Amino acid sequence: MKQVELINLSKSYEKQTEVLNEINLSIDEGEFFVLVGPSGSGKSTLLRMIAGLEDITSGVLKINEKVVNHLPPKDRDLSMVFQNYALYPHLSVEQNILFGLHAKKVAKKEQQKRLHETADMMGLGSLLKRKPKQLSGGQRQRVALARSVVSECPLCLMDEPLSNLDAKLRAHMRMEIRRLQKRLGLTMVYVTHDQVEAMTMGDRIMVLNEGKIQQVGDPITLYNEPANLFVASFIGSPKMNMGQAKIEDHHLVIENELKIPLDLTELLKITKNKGLTVGMRAEHIFRGEAEETTHLLEVVNVEQLGNETLLTFEIGKELWTAKWLGQWQVSVGNKVPVNISMKNMSFFDSETGELIKAASTPTNQEVVAI
Amino acid sequence: MSEVSLEQESVTSIDFIRVKKKQRILNFIKGIMFLMPSILLFSVFLFYPMIRTIYLSFFLTDNGGVPTVFVGFDNFSSIFASPIFQKSIVSTFLFVLYTVPGAIIISLFLAVIANEKLKGIGIYRTIFSSTMGISVAAASVFWMFLFHPTMGWLNQLIGTIGLEPIGWLTDPNWALFSVSLSTIWMNIGFTFLILLGGLQSIDSYLYESADIDGAGYFYKLRRITLPMLSPTLFFVITVTFINAFQTFGQVDMLTRGGPQNETNLIVYSIYQEAFMNYQFGTASAQAIILFLIILVLTFIQFKLGERKVHYQ
Repeated sequence: MKQVELINLSKSYEKQTEVLNEINLSIDEGEFFVLVGPSGSGKSTLLRMIAGLEDITSGVLKINEKVVNHLPPKDRDLSMVFQNYALYPHLSVEQNILFGLHAKKVAKKEQQKRLHETADMMGLGSLLKRKPKQLSGGQRQRVALARSVVSECPLCLMDEPLSNLDAKLRAHMRMEIRRLQKRLGLTMVYVTHDQVEAMTMGDRIMVLNEGKIQQVGDPITLYNEPANLFVASFIGSPKMNMGQAKIEDHHLVIENELKIPLDLTELLKITKNKGLTVGMRAEHIFRGEAEETTHLLEVVNVEQLGNETLLTFEIGKELWTAKWLGQWQVSVGNKVPVNISMKNMSFFDSETGELIKAASTPTNQEVVAI
Repeated sequence: MSEVSLEQESVTSIDFIRVKKKQRILNFIKGIMFLMPSILLFSVFLFYPMIRTIYLSFFLTDNGGVPTVFVGFDNFSSIFASPIFQKSIVSTFLFVLYTVPGAIIISLFLAVIANEKLKGIGIYRTIFSSTMGISVAAASVFWMFLFHPTMGWLNQLIGTIGLEPIGWLTDPNWALFSVSLSTIWMNIGFTFLILLGGLQSIDSYLYESADIDGAGYFYKLRRITLPMLSPTLFFVITVTFINAFQTFGQVDMLTRGGPQNETNLIVYSIYQEAFMNYQFGTASAQAIILFLIILVLTFIQFKLGERKVHYQ
């Protein structure tokens, strides 16, 4: 069942600046849907339009198959977690959690029942009498979540809820939110600018840039088959290696520097021979074993991550990164053998940015279904 | 070998202490230099007059304000025996009671409605805060016209409803009320502006979150706006409270303390005692009483406020 449906939804201020442009989207019940994009892409505006905090300029918004364009936030049967949590600083944790139930005049007994259930679930039992000021960042985050859970609304909106937490806590809360959503069967619309959060949490992801949908799909599809250059560079860390390419005397020439012999089976799907941009994931620049070595490249930077080593090379104007499993003792200035082949490359049209051909990589085959 | 190193260490440690001491003295002098302008100004215009007032309150003075005879607490006992001073204290308290809640409630109401995001709201904000830019003298002249027994608009208005004209400033039953009314009007500009500022600093996320939770207008007003505004409210109450005790201008302009000393507020009484009757001793004693009243009441206010006010 479709929980939320957006039909040609647009938003503009003063009838001039278009913030969102003809968004068509449907979100299923029980789905964890992530809206991701750089700041200023309109993702928060879209969320606030679903919540009813921003006016809809044109288009139709449906929640539970009903048009809700005209309804105020309280009649849309949803809850929301804000980036700064929006806790009431003068109220205790308990009063904060019960604020909405109190406003809706839910019976006292029911209020207490829900409060204790939620507090136990979120591990807030011992903090109920405290003021938000006396809580740590993670605890405040939990109170904000509890406030949303206690309302028992089927649809929950979250606006960058983890961006005020430190990296360690963020990783932990990612998991907690995900588990909570699955346990309660909530439909979640989650806004973030962090592609790691998007990849790790979302059932489906929508990438938004400058008010336009770039791609909608599950995380792995977005990673393997990015629809355009924007998605390719936005999703994945380290970011996809990119370079201008052309085909010249039986070689693919990248950035006028790197020459790769043509692979005819790959070439069939590429119709252009100029204005190409190639993209290559860092993990696809392999270490060249004896006879497989295609190039010798000079290392300009080395990052040791413990389990992986990131090596940076200079290809023309571009910096390319290779990710090798394990610990490699390489110094800056060393020339290392690598294996770069066409079958691991994605090809994009340089002018439109659209994908021509995705990498026919081993990654596809490595996806293991259990 | 060890002796040599010990000696060196003690030498350096002595140097540290000396340098630190020097720095501390230098810092102290720098601090005093920064404070000097304030210290000088306060000494001339605040500390000296205050000490002089306390000193004068124990003396009888001649017409020029020169102390002549030491009388101890006689000045205090005589003013407390004086029915005029007693009356003036009662009037002052009544005046504070009328003006402070009046001004606060009206300007809070205006601030809340002017905080809505509507087209042209700026015009209303300007109008509501405009009395701040009008001097007490100008405002008093304006109100004098309104209160005029025959030509005044107020009496004309009452006449049209068919009521007897009121001697706003001449009737002892009405004079204090009239002065309070004009004072409330004059105070609204300032209190409105401060309260509006307080309202605008409340995080809009709180209201949005409440909207999603389904809170109504008055529920939000009671549970969010008022608690979040409490520090501003407390500030405004304290300031208008102290100002009300120190009211002088409008009394001087509108009623000159009359009729039958009904509007003879303490500060006006001090002024009359000192500059009409040339009794600088008793005037000083009254000034000290006023100072103590304000001090004690403000102290109580802070003690009560601490519990109710929510600071972020």
